[in-house]
Amino acid sequence: MARSTNSWFREKILLGMTPKEFIISNATPGNFIAIVILAYAIPVMIYRLVYGLGPSTNLSDNYPWGFWIGFDILVGIALAAPGLTLGTAVHLFGMKEYHHFVRPAILSSLLGYIFAVFALMFDLGRYYRIPYLLGYSWGFSSILFLIGWHFFLYINICLIEWSPALFEWLNLRKAREFFTKLAIWATIFGVIIAGGHQSALGGLFLLVPGKLHPLWYSVFLPVFFLLSAIFAGISMVIFESTITHKVFRRQLKDFDQERFDRQTIGLGKAAASGLFIYFILKIFDLAHSNNWAYLNTPYGYWYLVEILGFVLLPALLFVHAARKGKAKLVRFTGFLTVLGVILNRLNVSIIAYNWYIPFSQKYYPAWTEIALSAGVVTMLVLAYRFIVNRMAIMYDHPDYESIH
Amino acid sequence: MNRRDFFKKSLVIAGSTLIGLNSNAFAQNIANERNYKLYEKIKNSIPKEPYGILVDTTRCIGCRRCEWACNEWNGNPNKPISEFEKSAVGKDDVFTKIRRMHAGSFTVVNRYYSSKDKNPIYVKRQCMHCLEPGCLSSCFVDAYRKTSVGPVIHLPNVCIGCRYCMVACPFDVLAYEYYEPINPQITKCTMCFDRIVNEGVVPACVEICPAEVMTFGKRNEIIRLAHERINNNPGKYVNYVYGEHEVGGTSWLYLSSVPFNEIGLRTDVGEIPIPKLSKGYLLAVKMFEIVGAWPLVFGAYYAISKARRRGHLEHETHQEKKGEEHGQKH
Repeated sequence: MARSTNSWFREKILLGMTPKEFIISNATPGNFIAIVILAYAIPVMIYRLVYGLGPSTNLSDNYPWGFWIGFDILVGIALAAPGLTLGTAVHLFGMKEYHHFVRPAILSSLLGYIFAVFALMFDLGRYYRIPYLLGYSWGFSSILFLIGWHFFLYINICLIEWSPALFEWLNLRKAREFFTKLAIWATIFGVIIAGGHQSALGGLFLLVPGKLHPLWYSVFLPVFFLLSAIFAGISMVIFESTITHKVFRRQLKDFDQERFDRQTIGLGKAAASGLFIYFILKIFDLAHSNNWAYLNTPYGYWYLVEILGFVLLPALLFVHAARKGKAKLVRFTGFLTVLGVILNRLNVSIIAYNWYIPFSQKYYPAWTEIALSAGVVTMLVLAYRFIVNRMAIMYDHPDYESIH
Repeated sequence: MNRRDFFKKSLVIAGSTLIGLNSNAFAQNIANERNYKLYEKIKNSIPKEPYGILVDTTRCIGCRRCEWACNEWNGNPNKPISEFEKSAVGKDDVFTKIRRMHAGSFTVVNRYYSSKDKNPIYVKRQCMHCLEPGCLSSCFVDAYRKTSVGPVIHLPNVCIGCRYCMVACPFDVLAYEYYEPINPQITKCTMCFDRIVNEGVVPACVEICPAEVMTFGKRNEIIRLAHERINNNPGKYVNYVYGEHEVGGTSWLYLSSVPFNEIGLRTDVGEIPIPKLSKGYLLAVKMFEIVGAWPLVFGAYYAISKARRRGHLEHETHQEKKGEEHGQKH
């Protein structure tokens, strides 16, 4: 019995190596960097729990939300949209060509949400009360309530969508079949739920017309957040697949570079149309609110950097790259788009928030805040790699028929 | 002791043992709990007519006794009253910078200089007790109550500490106990709910004020009084009662001799109640998810299962043709 447990552990967790071999195989520069980041982040987490938000962050009564909300939640959730976009494209629009992007996309959504909520626990004053939201005290008039419930539902949906890979790994054929059937429903609900809360994250800031700079405040904030989450999700797929196809190349037995490039370009086209619609809506909004005068101010210049440099430019680059068939340029542009979405979320939640406050009194994150967020991202990457190394994420499991 | 209390207590004990925290090291807010418990007890017998308080900023002398009385009544950390009075005669530098409410101080008096005659104007700030509070509508665990007598009170027993209410507050009133690691609370003026529901007792700040800056009464009578005062003293006041219409109306109302934005009261908050800003969106999402999404769900399910059946057939013939070529990916 002991022997069989041991061999299961060795087979499944240690990838068939002895513990010693496993440790040696993990002595890589990447892991060293991860350990250094975690060596900062984990003490910060403990420090936050023991001493509270005051000593561990730069938050104040004027800035109740800082980097942990702005980056971990707003950016994190926007970039965790691959499951939404790819799920929709493949399952609802029947773009079967992209089906082998779906599992990595769903995994990144699942982990993105789990770790965003994990990071949120450090930002909440009384994190241990989080179950209250689900079953004890309901604030129906709150957009945050909608988001909280949607996070909960969406994590479960992602778990169901991802579970076939888990059961293939555990060799549980019956469970896999059942959850594969359930996964169709989960995908459809997932599109609705994910769309709902991606827009709701923008809706959070509908309440602050007085605090958010007029160039960023708009009654269309939910629409902007949803649209940008869609092209952020597509760009994340481009970005992630670029990395995973390099790192996990040996898992892809019949890898076809030309085909992969063609698919990448296809994704770039989709992202470009999203970016163009977003750009036009932004300009409409600017004209509708008649905010032109603000453009010639420091905030206006910053706004133009975001809109021209990180929306219009990537849109044009995607189009150019698709015309010329340059997959490399699509990959770079995907990265640029992701940066643009990060910038947009930080602008809304931190930089253009409380814009009338003198610059000297503005919030900037403490090193502890950045360290904790970096630690959470590191944990996410490690968890992603752990799973991809063990389960059939990048390829179809040879013992099972494809679900598509 | 019910189960939740037990859970809470054991966590607090575990937490403070972990930290070695002296329970007196940080003075926690007690006003929230006191007012909330009182509210739960008497909520069905509270009078329905809302009160209001008029602040006539032309009368304030900056003695800060209201701050002292507020701390005293609500159990906030306090100093002797003489320490507060010193500020009026310029013996300390409290007024050199504009302050805001923080944990442990529900009200502050700030000094501005009149643009008309360069004389100091003292302005008391505290929660405005909106008629339609943004904090209430923003709270995802429903930790606020708008009482029918006017005060907006916070329920510390359900608050998770997300601080969205602080974001939503258009007057930047709410404060947070950032230095409390286990049980941090939102802190705010309670409009002395526990005093005013006992007939005839006005809020602590109103009672102590030696210059009769504040007038407490039924809100509509207070508004009438404010307009009367403006009309009876031509040229003394700006012809506007701040709070009558701001974000849908507030329980605290202000009179001023100079434009309100010159004395630290935001004039750009608009007249739309904060809850209205999110109502349309919430309705749209709920409509979509509860009504609109169902045809979509079934339509999609139908389309997918149909496509999958067809795909299976194609798949099989495809495999037969391609044979070995069809490897792990297809």
